[in-house]
Amino acid sequence: MKKAIQIDVSDNVATVTSDVNQGETVEVLSPDGDVIMKPRTRDAIPFGHKIALNDLDGGDRVVKYGETIGVASRPIRTGEWVHTHNVESAVVPTSAFTEECS
Amino acid sequence: MTEFYGYERPDGSVGVRNHLLVIAPIDCSYEPAKRIAAQVEGAVAVTQRHGCGLDEMVANTLIGVGCNPNVAGVLLVGLGCETLTSEILAKGIEPTGKPVEIVVCQRDGGTLKTIEKGTRILQGMAQEIAELRREPFSVSKLTLAVECGGSDATSGLAANPATGVAADMLIDEGGTAIFSEPQEMTGTQHILAGRAVNERVAKAIHEMIDRQERRMKAMGVDSRFMSKGNIDGGLTTIEEKSLGAIRKGGTRPIQGVLENSWRRLERPTRGGLWLQDGTGWDVPSVTHMVAAGAQVVAFTTGRGSTTGHAVAPVLKITGNPETYARMADNMDINAGTILDGSESLRSVGERIFKTIVEVASGRKTKAEALGYQDFTVFSRSRIAEHLLGFC
Repeated sequence: MKKAIQIDVSDNVATVTSDVNQGETVEVLSPDGDVIMKPRTRDAIPFGHKIALNDLDGGDRVVKYGETIGVASRPIRTGEWVHTHNVESAVVPTSAFTEECS
Repeated sequence: MTEFYGYERPDGSVGVRNHLLVIAPIDCSYEPAKRIAAQVEGAVAVTQRHGCGLDEMVANTLIGVGCNPNVAGVLLVGLGCETLTSEILAKGIEPTGKPVEIVVCQRDGGTLKTIEKGTRILQGMAQEIAELRREPFSVSKLTLAVECGGSDATSGLAANPATGVAADMLIDEGGTAIFSEPQEMTGTQHILAGRAVNERVAKAIHEMIDRQERRMKAMGVDSRFMSKGNIDGGLTTIEEKSLGAIRKGGTRPIQGVLENSWRRLERPTRGGLWLQDGTGWDVPSVTHMVAAGAQVVAFTTGRGSTTGHAVAPVLKITGNPETYARMADNMDINAGTILDGSESLRSVGERIFKTIVEVASGRKTKAEALGYQDFTVFSRSRIAEHLLGFC
């Protein structure tokens, strides 16, 4: 089964370690290597990208490395792909980069 | 309590290596310095490339490296007319109590006589240090420098967090860890300041990162810029990008920001995690953390860096299994086992900690076994710093 790594026990996102298809089940491993959940992905998620481990409301903190990496810009459900389309930086608007990149 | 086997120095510090350091204070005398070092077992010659003026930041760094406990003895090889003289460096290193000697080409009769005199002095030092024996010490005597270079998408996912576990383990046993590269902390001022032990340290963290952002802005670079490659690779915000780098230092409270300037080069004054106001350029970043007293370096890489260091063992850790397979001659630790779930972050971190202790006790890293002697001193333009209002 494909894996996702939770880097800190307080993280509400995990990073997938291979490309994952929509609807596939992934094993989420804690920092100690325990399988903490097996969510079904709601989106295709590329290698190195993040999957939501909880349901989040818009404005909720997105936590990775045990720290806030941004806030949800709209509700996010467990198993969803978490990226620039649903997260905003607290420091530099993510849209500033995505517009330049598109 | 975890112990390692090291060499006790007269000032009570503990070296993990017994290097003889030959320093040319100016590159004009680097040739004789190299030839002297080449003739004596365990000797390594270094210099700096910042000109003949008295750059105190360069002087502080060379003195710091000379004071590093991995250095058993120092020979200074000067030209004679340089502003940064051998005597200035000797005065800075002598308080450690280790042997410090000087030869100078213009005083000692040119290249051949200087080489002869210098080689004889160094030969004597090599005979004496051969009698030193390793003894057991607590890892609380260790200072670990943590560096990353040639990063890729696996760095923030595997190698850096696992190395952070090892840094936490060292600190929890009373040891010390340092990391630098302030441009990689951009956008996380508030997060790092929140981990500071007090308000003064929190302010110093803000100031260090703000200064670096302003230097880069003056060069026309927006340090908070996220490239298309960053975003395609899965990095969503600048906080996430910087945290991936910062995590290599672990999660413990930040004790202070070590100044690294013409005014002073600070060393950690107690155990715990410290930041250095240094550079993101790999070899000088390592050199300046070694100058601040680090005896061992943990270096994470994704694409595969090959560098070592003149006086400190550099342990290469990659989270990319393909890099580990392709560059097995350079990589000491495969953290890529985290990706397929065959090993946990914690257990790779424990493996890194165990290897750090083995390397501190004498096991050679791959870069050492290949004879790597990287060394670069960096400095800052005082004119630019003045114009930016930093001095």
